[in-house]
Amino acid sequence: MSESVGFVAWLREFFNSLGLYDEESISPFALWKFLDTLEQTQTFIDGFIYTLQVSVLALFIAVVFGTIGGVMATSKIAVLRAYTRIYVEIFQNTPLVIQIFFLYYGLPHLGINLDLFTIGVLGIGAYHGAYVSEVVRSGILAVPKGQFEASASQGFTYTQQMRYIIVPQTIKIILPPMSNQMINLIKNTSVLLIVGGVELMSTADSYAADYGNYAPAYIFAAFLYFIVCYPLAYFAKFYEEKLKKAHLAR
Amino acid sequence: MNEVFNAQNINFLMQGLTLTLKIALATCVISILFGTFLAITKNYGDKLSRFLASVYIDIFRNTPLLLWMLAACFVLPVFFGQFPQAFWGTIGFSLYTSSVMAEIIRGGLNSIPKGQFEAAYSQGFGKFFTLFYIILPQAFRRVVPSMLSQIITTIKDTAYLAGLGIAELTYKSKTILANLRSFEEILAIIGFVAGIYFVICFSLSMLVRYYAKKTAYAH
Repeated sequence: MSESVGFVAWLREFFNSLGLYDEESISPFALWKFLDTLEQTQTFIDGFIYTLQVSVLALFIAVVFGTIGGVMATSKIAVLRAYTRIYVEIFQNTPLVIQIFFLYYGLPHLGINLDLFTIGVLGIGAYHGAYVSEVVRSGILAVPKGQFEASASQGFTYTQQMRYIIVPQTIKIILPPMSNQMINLIKNTSVLLIVGGVELMSTADSYAADYGNYAPAYIFAAFLYFIVCYPLAYFAKFYEEKLKKAHLAR
Repeated sequence: MNEVFNAQNINFLMQGLTLTLKIALATCVISILFGTFLAITKNYGDKLSRFLASVYIDIFRNTPLLLWMLAACFVLPVFFGQFPQAFWGTIGFSLYTSSVMAEIIRGGLNSIPKGQFEAAYSQGFGKFFTLFYIILPQAFRRVVPSMLSQIITTIKDTAYLAGLGIAELTYKSKTILANLRSFEEILAIIGFVAGIYFVICFSLSMLVRYYAKKTAYAH
């Protein structure tokens, strides 16, 4: 904390000596507002870490739900297929905010008191689980049917087919859409703002509201989101191109 | 239990639904128009505008929607004057959605064979007329399913406006929920509101599936 304050003080000196620093400016993009915001770096980083923690755990839940859902959606048992269909349709066709409201307003009356962190992880995880389930399903369907038949003819059971033959091939196909889902998941953690969370978006917003430094606060938050999401987007694009080329070469 | 579904509450929620639908419609229209502009610029513009369009798209796609809604509500009024929150919220929402629409439309533009351009030029069409009469109509037809899916997402995303205190459906349900004391009542309201979103979004997603199936045979 003290380090960043020292640095900001130095910057302030520096801009002052250049004659660029105008304490009186009321523009939302005034330099002093940016420097004041930089002094709060630690607050933003705390929110950012919270966002990342929620994202990682929610992603874990989404992948678990999604893999089970995706495999169930391609099974031969109609009940299992219907079950995942209902899960996917309900979660994909209602807003995440409403689902979070259920956890936030509803569950305490059943005697289940979850803290906001758990609500975020469960709510966002289950919501994106539905999307991941569709991604996994389309990945499994993209594996040629002959692969199932060939592995069945070699005496693999259904579970073994999935475990050793199908899922490993699926992973490659679903990596690009999965990274897009990861980006959406990270962005959607901002939903916690609506129930008063302490993740990055809420931290930025409450700082902005308290000090009136809206523009710098949002730019800082945008920067932090961008540095995690953009590499994922870049990877998705790069890997997709690679797959396309490999496909064309075949 | 039945008391939560009194005329007053229903009416209150229906006002929210009207605002939700208005905002969703406005956002879809603005973002399809602006998204088309961005897509064309990114694909066929000169070097500088191409760069600017991709920077815009990359920045907006990799940061949360709520951030842009908040930024629009609190930063833009300083420059452009005071308007209702719902107006600025819609602007922020459209700025964000445009970047997603742009990538969808670009997908359509990229799928048009290059020969189409050459054929049009050989017939004496200029660049603008080629795009407007030949390329865009084909591109739009191809992206109808993904655009509809994005419209579904847009309708769901209006719920984020509740974070700004804009009285759309989700915010209205929140104010009702905050006063309820029994689980049944809370479940009933959440179920009712979720049901409204579900009916709208699910009907649209059926349309997506119908359309995707229809065009699958045509190709």
